Amino acid sequence: MSKKDKPVFESDALPERQPGVPVLQIADLNVRFPSEDGVVHAVRGVNLTVNAGEVVGLVGESGSGKSVTSMSVMGLLDENAHVEGSIKLHGTELLGRSDDWMSEVRGKKVAMVFQDPLSALTPVYTIGDQIVEALQIHGKYSDAEAWDRALELLRMVGIPNPEVRAKNFPHEFSGGMRQRVVIAMAIANDPDLIIADEPTTALDVTIQAQILDLLRVAQRETHAGVVMITHDLGVVAGLADRVAVMYAGRIVERADVNDVFYHSRHPYTVGLLGSLPRPDLDKDEPLTPVEGNPPSLLNLPPGCPFAPRCPMASEECLAAEPDLLETDLAGHTSACIKFASLSDKKYEEIYPHEEIPAAAEQGTREDAEVILHVDGLVKTYPLMKGSVFKRRVGTVHAVDHISFDIRAGETLGLVGESGCGKTTTIMSILELAKPEEGRVVVLGKDTAELSKSDRKLVRQDLQVVFQDPMASLDPRLPIYDIIAEPLKYNGYPKARIASRVEELMALVGLEPAHANRYPRNFSGGQKQRVGIARALALEPRLLVLDEPVSALDVSIQAGVLNLLERLRVEMGLSYLFVAHDLSVVRHIAHRVAVMYLGRIVELGPVGEVFDHPEHPYSQSLLSAIPVPDPVKERARNRILLQGDLPSPANPPSGCPFHTRCPKFQTLDEADRARCTGETPLLASAGGQVDRQVACHFPEGVSVF
Amino acid sequence: MFVLRYLARRIVNYAILLFIAVSLGYLVASAALDPRNAFDWTNPNLNKAAVNASLTQYNINPDTSIWLRYGRWLRMVFLHWNWGWTPRGEAINSLIATRIGVSVRLVTIGTILSLVGGVAVGAWSAVRQYHWSDRIVSFICMLLISTPTMVLAVVMQLGATRFNQATGTQFFQFIGETGQHPSYFGAGLIDRLQHLLLPTISLAALSMATYSRYQRNLMLDTLGADYVRTARAKGLRKSRAIRHHALRNAIIPMATYFAFGVAQVFVGATITEQVYGWNGMGLYSVTSIQQQDINGTVAVVAFSGVCVLAGALLSDILIAAIDPRVRAR
Repeated sequence: MSKKDKPVFESDALPERQPGVPVLQIADLNVRFPSEDGVVHAVRGVNLTVNAGEVVGLVGESGSGKSVTSMSVMGLLDENAHVEGSIKLHGTELLGRSDDWMSEVRGKKVAMVFQDPLSALTPVYTIGDQIVEALQIHGKYSDAEAWDRALELLRMVGIPNPEVRAKNFPHEFSGGMRQRVVIAMAIANDPDLIIADEPTTALDVTIQAQILDLLRVAQRETHAGVVMITHDLGVVAGLADRVAVMYAGRIVERADVNDVFYHSRHPYTVGLLGSLPRPDLDKDEPLTPVEGNPPSLLNLPPGCPFAPRCPMASEECLAAEPDLLETDLAGHTSACIKFASLSDKKYEEIYPHEEIPAAAEQGTREDAEVILHVDGLVKTYPLMKGSVFKRRVGTVHAVDHISFDIRAGETLGLVGESGCGKTTTIMSILELAKPEEGRVVVLGKDTAELSKSDRKLVRQDLQVVFQDPMASLDPRLPIYDIIAEPLKYNGYPKARIASRVEELMALVGLEPAHANRYPRNFSGGQKQRVGIARALALEPRLLVLDEPVSALDVSIQAGVLNLLERLRVEMGLSYLFVAHDLSVVRHIAHRVAVMYLGRIVELGPVGEVFDHPEHPYSQSLLSAIPVPDPVKERARNRILLQGDLPSPANPPSGCPFHTRCPKFQTLDEADRARCTGETPLLASAGGQVDRQVACHFPEGVSVF
Repeated sequence: MFVLRYLARRIVNYAILLFIAVSLGYLVASAALDPRNAFDWTNPNLNKAAVNASLTQYNINPDTSIWLRYGRWLRMVFLHWNWGWTPRGEAINSLIATRIGVSVRLVTIGTILSLVGGVAVGAWSAVRQYHWSDRIVSFICMLLISTPTMVLAVVMQLGATRFNQATGTQFFQFIGETGQHPSYFGAGLIDRLQHLLLPTISLAALSMATYSRYQRNLMLDTLGADYVRTARAKGLRKSRAIRHHALRNAIIPMATYFAFGVAQVFVGATITEQVYGWNGMGLYSVTSIQQQDINGTVAVVAFSGVCVLAGALLSDILIAAIDPRVRAR
């Protein structure tokens, strides 16, 4: 708000609930930021209403203006932001108010839950003090009363033993527990509107399920309106009543949750849904990615901003930007002039199919060559204490006797929560050194017996693609040098490097003419393609993919997944695919290994493990994934796990999962003694050779 | 209990480090300095034999083996806490004690002022990043940082002289620690403060400007931190969110800068001492070398070593006091 045209308000009274008036009304909101390159028009005419007790999902990819919209409601945008339009809370205008007035509203009437719980709490105060601060700033609580209320709130959000935990500092809590604290703080003053900005994006899927459950409880308790900002359509399907889809700073479609999923009237929504891998369905065809990238909000050309990526775009789409108008369905608005032609069409009919050649018909799995064989691999870390004289006080069993193999042309998905040992496993393999215990055999060569020069040769066959494409590419090297580097250091003929780089860039779908550009000139998806090209330079046999798409938006992710699938078939690659997103694993992997506390608890063909998981941990992990299908999602019964992952330095005796196991609760004394006393080994289940479970009492359950 | 054991272990560690540093200092000083050069050997009246004898007595005669001298010096220091004599026969112990006293009186106020001022100015300008006020403060800070202390001290001295002449008063005093003063109650204190004014400014200006730059950068990081946004979302007003959440976190790394800064200021105030005529440790560190004073040089090395290690210990304690994450370890 510029200072010149300060509006005059009739009253300084705080907004109060009024019958018939929605909690939040955003009308024609425009937000502009000055930047070095010009004015960024981040939010362009957003209209949104939220009623009491209603959950509105605000969906869109990064940069679509979701967070800017929510921060405008909070009045916490940068001071240089230029905000126009109207934001009304209970019919009272919020825009243009003084910071002091807004401070009264924030936390009391409108509360917010942020994305990253690890950084959302001040590290130097106890969490009890931070909740007390939130209480005392708005209400007349004595110190003792505020403390009691803080304990009550902590109990409500499911923090065990709040009397003790309230005196702990944030770093003594896990991410999920910290998010509970943040939610406790948000509902402390019984707000009328809760804005949750990607509240579960930084969390593991089982913790996400707990937090979403808690948000539902919090919403019921406070009867607040909730704005749920997320990029995860599964989360929206399970939680939201209404959905607004944002693209390039505008809402492009707004409707009831079922209508958005089943009767989309905007091609972008259709594209988002089509590019989403499903955790509950077998893949039978490639995803349909939305080509291209979201437009820059710097100087938007006239016409529909989605037109350059839209398969249905024509001349009329470029003439003027379509308004958000009523469609043929009641209460369903869309900003597409061709919405009528979308009715009852599936996304396959709208988006062009990417043809991926079918893999050559293979014999049985047993006949295929073993590319990677891991047998009883162990990796431990010493736990040290003391700053001057270090002494060993324990051992972390990061990887504890794991075995699997990968055959030619096969993709093995390695899944599990953070801290379960996925990354340690692949790092131990990539090291190509003699493991502490067990054996790693790459292409028939035992790593324990490799000489230095052998190791270099094997390394050419074993390449890796990392998670964060921004961090894994040297920002000061042009793309050409990045891709040429492995060639240069492995004796590739100099004269042929240039043509090979060109070939590789074309292979991963990059324009070879861009070889002299720097990583910063590329989008996230393109950077990841550069990383893949670099890994493929030496024509490896096995590619280790460490969360290769987790940093990418859905529509971009689909393109990279399709690329990986095509390359696997064309080049006869095998993949070891590490991911925490189980939907992606179901889509891309043939076999899946579920890890828990450094052990593999279930291993088998992906369809069978996903459809009939036998280990209780796999069951709860799979049941925690939200399915982007509102009817199905709402009908599901979640197996909620209690608590957090135990510390790998001090794992529970016997079966490491028994402390959180839902099955364990139902067993009798004798059976329980077996779980706590005897560690179950990975063994074939149900007579199938390639299906193994590490549980004393396996039982197939359908979770979708 | 745990803290005490931790501190005890740190102190033992530091003592070993200090012993090595001072021993090296002794050996280097003994090899490089020749106390005979403190005397004018061309002077026909000089009793050379007597000088040699007294040098031998003070354990600084280069004719004696360096290891023999080192052994004697160790016994002297450890058994009698006697740091030896200058070539002229003054006892180092009392000399150093006086000088340390002068230094403490000179730098204490300036150090506190520079820290508090630096943090305040840094935090203030961070909140006003890119406003004209921030730009002006930044400019002044950069100007102070790039001005040699010598220039600043002399310019202030000139200005003070002009001021005194123009007003006909003796408001600014800038030679030595004390001067003539009337005998009413408190006059002595006022006189001391008057003498302290200019040297304090010249000492504090540079470090205050430096601290404020550090603090500004640290503060900019924490101002954008998620927890400050959370605090604002709870309904804290901007000023309170900044003071309680941003500043408290931004101060943590300052403890390290500050602790080592303190160590430095005791022996680093040479120029200020020279210009304003204070005979403190800084000046002595230079003159002891000039006068081929082996024992004095070693004592200065030992003192600055103690200062640095005390600074390190102080920073550990300060950080443990304000950062719970460190305490837990």
